[in-house]
Amino acid sequence: MGQWLATPVLPEAYLELINPLLGPGLRGRVERVVRESEQAVSLEIRPNHHWQGGRAGQYVRLGVDVQGVRHWRCYSISSGDAGRAETFTVTVRAIAGGQVSTWLNQHARPGTVLMLDQAVGDFCLPSAALPKLLFITAGSGITPVMGMLRALAATGQAADVVHLHYSPDEQNNLFAAERRGLALSHNWKNLNLLTRSQGDEHFSAAQLAASCSDWAERSAYVCGPAGLMESTADHWQQAGLSEQLKQENFRPLLAPVAAGVGGEVRFWHSNRIAEGAGNKPLLEVAEEAGLMPKHGCRMGICQSCLVTLKEGQVRDLTSGEVFGESGDMVRICVCAAAGDVVLEL
Amino acid sequence: MTAALKMNSNFLPGNPVEAPRTGRLPVGLTDAEVQQFGAEIDALRQRIMASLGEQDARYIRRVIKVQRYLEVGGRGLLFAGILPPAWLAGTAMLSIAKILENMEIGHNIMHGQWDWMRDPNIHSSSWEWDTVCPSEQWQHSHNYMHHKWTNVVGMDRDVGYGILRMSERQPWHPAHLAQPITNAMLATFFQWGVALHDLEFERVRSGEKSLAEAWAQLKQIGKKAGKQVGKDYVLFPLLAGPFFLPVLLGNMSANLARNLWTYMIIFCGHFPDGVEDFLPEDIENEDKAHWYLRQLLGSANISGGRLLNVMSGNLSHQMEHHLFPDMPSNRYAEAAIEVRAICEKYGLPYNSKPLHRQFGSVMRKVLRLSLPSRKARSKA
Repeated sequence: MGQWLATPVLPEAYLELINPLLGPGLRGRVERVVRESEQAVSLEIRPNHHWQGGRAGQYVRLGVDVQGVRHWRCYSISSGDAGRAETFTVTVRAIAGGQVSTWLNQHARPGTVLMLDQAVGDFCLPSAALPKLLFITAGSGITPVMGMLRALAATGQAADVVHLHYSPDEQNNLFAAERRGLALSHNWKNLNLLTRSQGDEHFSAAQLAASCSDWAERSAYVCGPAGLMESTADHWQQAGLSEQLKQENFRPLLAPVAAGVGGEVRFWHSNRIAEGAGNKPLLEVAEEAGLMPKHGCRMGICQSCLVTLKEGQVRDLTSGEVFGESGDMVRICVCAAAGDVVLEL
Repeated sequence: MTAALKMNSNFLPGNPVEAPRTGRLPVGLTDAEVQQFGAEIDALRQRIMASLGEQDARYIRRVIKVQRYLEVGGRGLLFAGILPPAWLAGTAMLSIAKILENMEIGHNIMHGQWDWMRDPNIHSSSWEWDTVCPSEQWQHSHNYMHHKWTNVVGMDRDVGYGILRMSERQPWHPAHLAQPITNAMLATFFQWGVALHDLEFERVRSGEKSLAEAWAQLKQIGKKAGKQVGKDYVLFPLLAGPFFLPVLLGNMSANLARNLWTYMIIFCGHFPDGVEDFLPEDIENEDKAHWYLRQLLGSANISGGRLLNVMSGNLSHQMEHHLFPDMPSNRYAEAAIEVRAICEKYGLPYNSKPLHRQFGSVMRKVLRLSLPSRKARSKA
């Protein structure tokens, strides 16, 4: 009924006037902002009725409008298991030059409305009997593990936990006091390695053996920057214990593309691949590959040719700008491949 | 004479029509000068597009919010429409809401002007506007056909919409004698004219367009129209129970007001005196710079203040809109300052007059062209 009254718009578009959370789609409102360090802030978010809940270790995508443009970023739930009617928390560390993380650190307030995507990920504790656990985290990689620690504390489940956390110094050692408290209450081992201020070493086989002698018997969860992920992956693989290692991979930063360089163009739905020159519109690349994408003016003004970019970046030939995030719609009649791309065509 | 303004006296085979240049538009530019002009227009565009940010996003969100409040308020008041002040206020609010949605919001969002925000709810790929015309068909006939072939007689179907003679270059037909009446009907039922525009009846008649394709489009129009008519003329009146009549009349009046206003603004876009139209040969091998020039010469602005700007969907800046169709409309006024300066620099006309003058010249044209052209007469 509401649809017939509101047509051609969704009824939620009008409800949004009363309460932003009633607007279309999954969204949430920041209820509390807690500063964890000079560069990190925790946001407690109340999602609207579309929220399906999330488990500790999973992440949500946050849609944040920065300077008028919506950007999506993934953040782990740091509060533990989150039911459908509950709030959840993400902890955002401001990355140098990072648009969204910086904006959230500086501007997020109670009342700020954010777009959301459902919690996903399998970086979770097993629901059945818990094995012995080993958490290795660095920097903001601690967030999913913090969620798991809090979840374990909340349920009171008996667990044998060893947590190695790397951070540059005490100021950036997130949740230090809380972890110390949890470790004491639950008899967990909580090791903080301060690489800059105390000169502690980064991850190595020797260090692991010294900190946790029975590491090979534990289910390992690792989350941190690329360097840590590679070293741990190598180490577990050399020991032939890769199945015991679980890693949380956040979206890698795209390598900057040299001017004019094209790449491989993959047409996702049509299952075709073609070579895309750095100055050739993707529409032509598609047509030469035998596809017939919808198009109009072929000069970038009518929006008939919009296609969703799945991966990679494109170059707008009318302006020279290289841009693109997964999910963006691009005008293929004036955009060329800037590196390898995957199009939803 | 630049390539863009070559004349050709054989418009239709066996039916030569002479279309003399008025001489009031001095476009004696060399090709190099046209390229320079194009480069300056391009640079202006890049500069403005690179500066889009939070203020712009806030603008469109605010306009949408105001429009929705006006709509809800208007419809609410109409439920009390048995009282004349409530009916008048309600109808006025709903009319303004429909005008805003049609022009500043719908038309501009569908042009992709706000796609840069990456908000799926305010995006050219998903916006469905509050008229009987399906967005998809509009985007084809308008964004693509009209904006690419602007004012090229025989290619831009907005020149006359297939039923009116709005250019000396269109051959006269006895049916055009009735055009003052046809024009009035089009104005009254404008949203229906817009809805049927992309069907391209004449191409179906000539066999160029398949009946199957037209039928599929007609079905899509039927679906959209059904929902719109259902909402305005059935559901809302029903909800009012015994007080259905003021609601029905209010909704009809609001639609009519929107039709008349949008018709007037749109007809002032490319028909007033001084606006050029072109022949297909004029645009052979047209490059971007010449395309910019044709957009400028083929459009006209309406001078006025901020209220006119927002109520006309910033089509008061029709020239800027045609130069930069995907530039957010709130920036047209800013662009206009520089466009005007660039025109002065190159000795190009900048056609901007008040609404009554532009519309007056359009009405005179409707009357004048309903009669066969007198030979060798310059366009008044």
